[in-house]
Amino acid sequence: MAVLLDQHTRLIVQGLTGREGTFHAKAAAAYHTTVVGGVTPGKGGATHEGWPIFNTVRDAKAATGANATVIFVPPSGAADSIMEAIDAEIALIVCITEGIPTIDMLKVATMLERSRSHLIGPNCPGIISPGKGKAGIIPANIVKEGTIGIVSKSGTLTYEAIHQLTRAGLGQTTCLGIGGDPIIGTSFIDALTLFAADADTEAVIMIGEIGGSAEQEAAEWITGHFRKPVVGFIAGQTAPPGRRMGHAGAIISGGSGMAAEKMEALTKAGVKVVRSPADMGTAIIEVLGR
Amino acid sequence: MKIHEYQAKAILARHGVPVPRGEVVFTPAEARDVAQRLGTKVTVVKAQIHAGGRGKGGGVRIARSPDEAESLAKQMLGMTLVTHQTGPEGKKVEKVLIEQGLDIARELYVSIVIDRSTQSPVVIASAAGGMDIEEVASSTPEKIAKAFVNRGTGLLAFQGRALAFAMGLDGPLASKFAKLLAAIYDAFIATDASMIEINPLIVTAQGDLLALDAKVAFDDNALYRHPDLKELRDLSEEDPLEVEASKYSLNYIRLDGNIGCMVNGAGLAMATMDIIKLAGGEPANFLDVGGGANEEQIKNAFRILMMDKNVKAVLINIFGGILRCDILAAGVIAAVKDLGVPVPIVIRMEGTNVGQGKQMLKASGLNFSTADSMGEAADTVVSLAGGTQ
Repeated sequence: MAVLLDQHTRLIVQGLTGREGTFHAKAAAAYHTTVVGGVTPGKGGATHEGWPIFNTVRDAKAATGANATVIFVPPSGAADSIMEAIDAEIALIVCITEGIPTIDMLKVATMLERSRSHLIGPNCPGIISPGKGKAGIIPANIVKEGTIGIVSKSGTLTYEAIHQLTRAGLGQTTCLGIGGDPIIGTSFIDALTLFAADADTEAVIMIGEIGGSAEQEAAEWITGHFRKPVVGFIAGQTAPPGRRMGHAGAIISGGSGMAAEKMEALTKAGVKVVRSPADMGTAIIEVLGR
Repeated sequence: MKIHEYQAKAILARHGVPVPRGEVVFTPAEARDVAQRLGTKVTVVKAQIHAGGRGKGGGVRIARSPDEAESLAKQMLGMTLVTHQTGPEGKKVEKVLIEQGLDIARELYVSIVIDRSTQSPVVIASAAGGMDIEEVASSTPEKIAKAFVNRGTGLLAFQGRALAFAMGLDGPLASKFAKLLAAIYDAFIATDASMIEINPLIVTAQGDLLALDAKVAFDDNALYRHPDLKELRDLSEEDPLEVEASKYSLNYIRLDGNIGCMVNGAGLAMATMDIIKLAGGEPANFLDVGGGANEEQIKNAFRILMMDKNVKAVLINIFGGILRCDILAAGVIAAVKDLGVPVPIVIRMEGTNVGQGKQMLKASGLNFSTADSMGEAADTVVSLAGGTQ
């Protein structure tokens, strides 16, 4: 099993005709994923790299039976693209775009609340379920089928975690980058809820970073609800306060959002928190008792 | 993006928030003219820098005459102001704001930010204005009132009234506050702000409410649709290396250590700083070259890293996804050949085309150290930089 994305996923790409869209559509198709078409307003009826292009998400869904979309649309139009996909009742929406204004994301949040859609991102690497498929930019050559779930605010740090696991002979059920923006679709708690229900997931690596309190909220939730072992890492233990560290949400402001308080909350919740990012893989081996 | 107090007040005033009369000036003579024109018994001379805590550092002074305004402006202009927010190096004062003096009866606090947990704007208000709000929040949390804004409706009038009553305002002051708060909220949404903070918001002896100080920051991601606001950026307030990096879409933040880092991805870049520290060293910077960096960007990144004279060794940590290791290697080799980098370089790369990248580094004949893991890379670079500190 896997979470959110599996062999039944039928993926469209919003922005398929762009450079990034094309590159990653091909990469997904080359990795078990059923890519059924693309959406580029104004290019409906065309064919791109063998895929049919539609003007709207609704058209694409009607014609292809798509149940998932991945969005490679520039920031000024990306929130609108997400909302179009919500309106078309696409079950899984993955938005890779970095740089969407927060106020636009507030509108998305309102629409998402009353919908049946699940949004991952924005500003994230997407999702990959080893052996089943992917939506986004996580490189497929580093993953391996297995039993560890990964949820992370960071892209390349996710790759690092995958790499450490794969090198140790441990595979993954699903790896999920949720993004480092202030307003995101999938929270740590959402992801952990899915991993809790997934029989194949034995343990989870959770990678947080400075800013906000999503890690503390997750810690509280883990205490009451999550029975599987969790390894945690928080990036930004040495980050100076008041500076935005790359991600729009990665900032220690008003004395809160510091790595130390997140690490403490997670440790209290029984999470095995590693101080060094190089220790995520070995910590999983430890918590699994292997 | 941060802006100055005088710019923040101009924006707020445009949206209907009452602010003191005043003008920004660049010379002592102008300060005198403005003080004269304001015609109030006293005027206030306020240094304009992007940092709080100016009062304690001598950046806010009262002038009892236009002459005094001139001499205070003369002292302030050109001085380096050190506050708890500027760091020990301080910030040079290039302009001062001259404002009318006001008869202050009460000092309040109000701010609007985005609350990430509820995914909505939140208004924070307190009767304890003029103080550090973080201190108020930790020592007397009961003095802080909050109102979460419904995303569909926006801020509602009753929320403004409720906050006013919570701060002990009543009668006409409560409705004045509600109106003022609505204006601040309008400004917040209209400018794509990430924060608006009025501290203090004052009640005058005459019963008026005014924003005596104002801090506004904008959402960088939304600046593309506010060309007028983009103009307000003051490059002299930013670190020159950070300004240089931003020209090449490189995300660089200067720190105090001596190990330069070049990394792809913000999370991995932070984690690289962390592991350097764990190995006993100090990072000189945060640098995220992004997911799709090209050879030219890598070269510029290197050039900027080396402009920091504290850098004694460099750690390059790249996990190639879209950014291929061979591209990275080509960029690094070109940069080192071009710039003649005089410090040791440790390279740890993994991911797409890693074999090819490693081969290129080896074939270049240049003196790189390579590492197979983040831990090994950190240990190596720390010892090359002169050992643990």
